[in-house]
Amino acid sequence: MTTPTLTPEKVPNAGVRIARTFVRARETGILLAILVVIAVTTAINPTFLFSGDGWRDLLLTPSILALVAIGQAIVIITRNVDLSVGSVVGLTAYLTGRLFADIPGIPIIAVFVIGALAGAVLGLVNGALVAFGKVPALVITLGTLYAYRGIDVLWAGSNRINASDMPDAFLGLGTGSFLSIPYLTILAVLVMLIAGWFLRNRRGGRELYAIGSDPAAAELYGLKVTRRILTAFVLSGATAGLAGVLFVARYGTVSSQTGTGLELQAVGAAVIGGVAIFGGSGSVYGAVLGAVLLLTINRALPILGIQDFWQQAVVGVLIIGAIVLDRVLSLRLSRRLVAEREVTA
Amino acid sequence: MTDTQVPTTSAPARSYPDYSRPLWQRWLLTREFAVIGALIVVAIVASATVQNFGTPVTLGFLLLDVTPILMIALPMTFVIVTGEIDLSVASTLGLSSVLLGVLTKAGMPFEFAMVVCLVVGLVCGAVNGFLVTVVGLPSLAVTIGTLALFRGIAVGLLGTTAITDFPFFWQNLAQQRFGTSGIPVIMVLVAVLVIVFAVLLHATPYGRGLFALGLSSDTAAFSGVNVARTKFIAFLLTGLISALAGIYWTLRYGSARGDNAVGLELSVIAAVLLGGVSIFGGKGAMHGVIAGVLLIGVLQSALRLANVSSDAINIITGVLLIVSVLSPRILAWARGSRARRRRSQP
Repeated sequence: MTTPTLTPEKVPNAGVRIARTFVRARETGILLAILVVIAVTTAINPTFLFSGDGWRDLLLTPSILALVAIGQAIVIITRNVDLSVGSVVGLTAYLTGRLFADIPGIPIIAVFVIGALAGAVLGLVNGALVAFGKVPALVITLGTLYAYRGIDVLWAGSNRINASDMPDAFLGLGTGSFLSIPYLTILAVLVMLIAGWFLRNRRGGRELYAIGSDPAAAELYGLKVTRRILTAFVLSGATAGLAGVLFVARYGTVSSQTGTGLELQAVGAAVIGGVAIFGGSGSVYGAVLGAVLLLTINRALPILGIQDFWQQAVVGVLIIGAIVLDRVLSLRLSRRLVAEREVTA
Repeated sequence: MTDTQVPTTSAPARSYPDYSRPLWQRWLLTREFAVIGALIVVAIVASATVQNFGTPVTLGFLLLDVTPILMIALPMTFVIVTGEIDLSVASTLGLSSVLLGVLTKAGMPFEFAMVVCLVVGLVCGAVNGFLVTVVGLPSLAVTIGTLALFRGIAVGLLGTTAITDFPFFWQNLAQQRFGTSGIPVIMVLVAVLVIVFAVLLHATPYGRGLFALGLSSDTAAFSGVNVARTKFIAFLLTGLISALAGIYWTLRYGSARGDNAVGLELSVIAAVLLGGVSIFGGKGAMHGVIAGVLLIGVLQSALRLANVSSDAINIITGVLLIVSVLSPRILAWARGSRARRRRSQP
């Protein structure tokens, strides 16, 4: 997070300041990268952007990962990590399918609420183990990654719930759109805006950054560390639960393996978007942009003539590139701060 | 990750023995022996209740199945003892497996191809080590990146095809048992590795350096430990052994595929942590790790024989992992509340 307020130059007017903040923001780089990818790909194959399906896929595909990445970013900001999100998505997706299959005529909104609540409960378990047990989140959520997936497998067995078990209105949500913007994208953007506002403007959100920057200092300062960490995990669980419901709406089929491996993609998206893995900095906007960049590149590669087998390698290079970049930026910032301190001293 | 709470509330991070206790207690009342005890109990219960569990055939398959996890757990212990983590091991394994297939198919002598795989494993480890120690990046983020990168190269090289043509001699060697004992020949290699890594960790200056910098890298640096080099070597070893496990995996299953051993990194880390290595670094012992790996192996094997779905076993792995990290805290809490009660009754 580079902020221009540190430069002791004469204060420029508001418009210039906002423009400068935007240009210097870490998120802008990701946005530019996304635009470049889209522009190049579209130049080669115009249908990538200029066709009904192309436009829809561009917005729709990242929505689910973006939701998970929002929750993940909130947790990472507190210097924790939630590796169980892939299993939470799988479990809530199967729950969604079961609800529709077993309770005919259940209202769709109820399924959304139940899905998010179920995710929140799973997140609460993570949070309670981490916050009260004072055990690293990496270990706890690695454990619940296994445990939740195991519950999913026990419950689902080799069952597969298909589109025919689901009401058309629900599946329509997954593919339909409003003013050519898919519903799922609208939902993801709404969640992003609320989470972004909460983190930036609310006390509860600011304290998450404080805890992530220095947990010991936050505790000494009197912040309610335990409760805030619980909140972060509950939010991560809830967004993953919501993503599970969306997964069913989008793909219309659930098995016990739904969402496997999503945790690394979500952490990857957050890291690419500039959320520091050691907490205390980053934003949900960055995480969402990271998710968009990841999945857009995935879809662009075959069009650019690179076999889609190489997708994952590109993802790897992207993640490493992003953390190296963040390191360089933070080194430069700290050098500048030291230089300024010496000037004033 | 590092949950640096206020010192007064954190667990007693006792990394030295409590000399007020008799010697046998200091030896036996440790985390490692708790895991070994659990392993023995589970093995006895399983042989008594699960049909066919106690046979040489089962034992042989059990050992063959845990070998990759056991191999990689050795250097992973080093990495975790220094307070770092390596999530890229399964991808290095996959890359090594694919390379072995591609090179053999291209006509390279098999023995030479194996050497190339090991060298590539070293290179993978060096990439991780360089980014962590020289560039100074957090290992969790770095190895999530290289997890995707190495796996991506493996999948990119081979696509969805598989190479299944390997020399009979080597393939046979990977599965052969000693006579009728059921013990696989490969166990000789595993035993040598276990001894080498145990000696390295517990009886050399290098091993002491690993513990020292896991407890505090500043203190270690002032005590003359070359922090960067020590960590770098740990990552090199992880890459090398992962590549070795990749060769074994290819021969054992007779197939080089891009998706070989996807997700194995989590099993390895779960086994290491279950074996009593602290995720904060600075604490752990090789016999605990071996017991942790075998405990997971025995549980999986027994439950599979008892017709429990192999994925449902995940619940047990997960719960074991959580209980194993929570148990010291619960014990400390129980001890603390007993002491409080005693103090309140004069």
